[in-house]
Amino acid sequence: MIVADIKPFKEIMRLVKNYRKICVIGCGTCVTVCHAGGQKQVSEVAAQLRLAAKLEKKHLEVGEETILRQCEHEFIDSLEGLVQKYDAIVSLGCGIGVQMLAERFPHTRILPGLNTKFMGAPTEPGIFWERCVGCGNCILAETGGFCPVTRCAKGLLNGPCGGSQNGLCEVSPDTPCVWQLIYEQLEAQGMLDTMEAITPPKDWSVGQGGCGPRRLVLEHLVEEEKDKHKIAEKVLTRNDCKK
Amino acid sequence: MIVKSDEKYSTLGSLESELAISGLKSGSNLEKLLKAGYFVVTAELGPPRGADRTVIEKKATLLKGYADAFNITDCQTAVVRLSSITGGAILVGLGLEPIIQMTCRDRNRIAIQSDLLGAAALGIKNLLCLTGDHQKFGDHPGAKGVFDIDSLQLLQIVKGMRDEKKFQSGEEIEVEPRFFIGAAENPFADPFTYRAFRLAKKIRAGADFIQTQIIFNVDKFSAWMERVRALGLHKKVFILAGVAPIKSLLMAKYMKTHVPGMDIPDEIIKRMEKAKKGSAKTEGLNICLDVIEKVRKIEGVSGVHIMAIEWEEAIPEIAKRAGLLPRPSP
Ligand code: SF4
Repeated sequence: MIVADIKPFKEIMRLVKNYRKICVIGCGTCVTVCHAGGQKQVSEVAAQLRLAAKLEKKHLEVGEETILRQCEHEFIDSLEGLVQKYDAIVSLGCGIGVQMLAERFPHTRILPGLNTKFMGAPTEPGIFWERCVGCGNCILAETGGFCPVTRCAKGLLNGPCGGSQNGLCEVSPDTPCVWQLIYEQLEAQGMLDTMEAITPPKDWSVGQGGCGPRRLVLEHLVEEEKDKHKIAEKVLTRNDCKK
Repeated sequence: MIVKSDEKYSTLGSLESELAISGLKSGSNLEKLLKAGYFVVTAELGPPRGADRTVIEKKATLLKGYADAFNITDCQTAVVRLSSITGGAILVGLGLEPIIQMTCRDRNRIAIQSDLLGAAALGIKNLLCLTGDHQKFGDHPGAKGVFDIDSLQLLQIVKGMRDEKKFQSGEEIEVEPRFFIGAAENPFADPFTYRAFRLAKKIRAGADFIQTQIIFNVDKFSAWMERVRALGLHKKVFILAGVAPIKSLLMAKYMKTHVPGMDIPDEIIKRMEKAKKGSAKTEGLNICLDVIEKVRKIEGVSGVHIMAIEWEEAIPEIAKRAGLLPRPSP
């Protein structure tokens, strides 16, 4: 899931200060799980904004809405008509949600209410850890299911650095050294020889920032879609002929 | 008298040793001495946090003749300093032999290979390949850490450039940089049982010599060396034991609790505590000398690497009192 954190309220206030009618829009998926941008947070932010406006004796109309996913067109479509009623939207979606809204509603100011952090998971109540950086070429089979690209502060691919002590990372002592975890896992699985092989330099061109924004093309879906159009065209043509 | 490795403890044993017959790779002073079986001395020389070359010149004057080669750190602890290669070039000009350090923290593979071509062109022949201290510990904690490659991959790249005349990309190099390639190893880090295997991996990747983390816990170091010998690694690589003089009780305590991967036994702290006021430095030097005496006797140790951080003046005295002088000429 994508983990995000709500921006400091002061910053949200600064972002909306020039608008009179705003709507806070939440997202019902990842950011709901991490208590950053779900329906509950939408209500809280909206209430805070109203209160702040009242204290400053300003007129501010604040709407509230939450959709299931801000990252997919079919859910965003339901906002048609609503968005246009406001001067600005505070999106409590992740960075993807904010951009999807901005693309869909180019005439309305779309403002981010969250700081998007990482791809991760909750490990215990209230604690979320980063787990994947989307490097584009998964090596988890060689590393016992623990990702050193993400979880080693130096992204080491060939074993622990000289600062790993008592199972903790030298860079932040509240973080387990992932290479200690990998070692223990591979040892338990009788696969320690995996750690003897030298992992060559990684091809970062398929990773984040490698060649600009990455994209995924599913040929079969693209073809299917094309075929649908062709059939539709044919039907149309036939109909035309009939006329 | 020239100090040769004690026959009994010599890493080379006989001329058939893999190390002795491998021929010269870089032609550096350090390489020649090690291959001739001398017990070598290297020392660390920290470059200044400014553009003043006289700082290096002064240190060079102070240290000339007291060690066989001098490590110039590469923005150690992620603090900006005059660059290692520049420091190395200044030493070459003064007739001292540098070991430049290269970390993976600040440069990607393009910058690293480019800088190494430059270093070789400036007459630098020894290179220590490191991953580097994390930027969080330095003076620019907001910097983006590069870590495009790690120290093992760096070793592999440098070896490939030297022995196969190829860049990491596989492209040919017309005139290859020829380095005597070093790596670091910390016998005190975890997982302890993996450490000797990691050394083996570094040797396979390209390490010709190793400089270890500072040793205070000689017993643990011996245990590590035992594992190293069991794997026959002391016959494949020259191991230089890292040593350092402690300046004060405060420094000892700080290193014990704050420096990751540093193992300072309580006994050392006690010795520093017992030292009378004003004689902490003397006791620090004594501890360092004791460590040198002990590690010299360990089979497979080919030399010492003295890291007198911001206390380079101590190096001549250490070398002298440890009976490591005069240094041989190759
Ligand atoms: S201690 Fe472990 S996780 Fe931390 S930088 Fe070193 S190898 Fe990576």
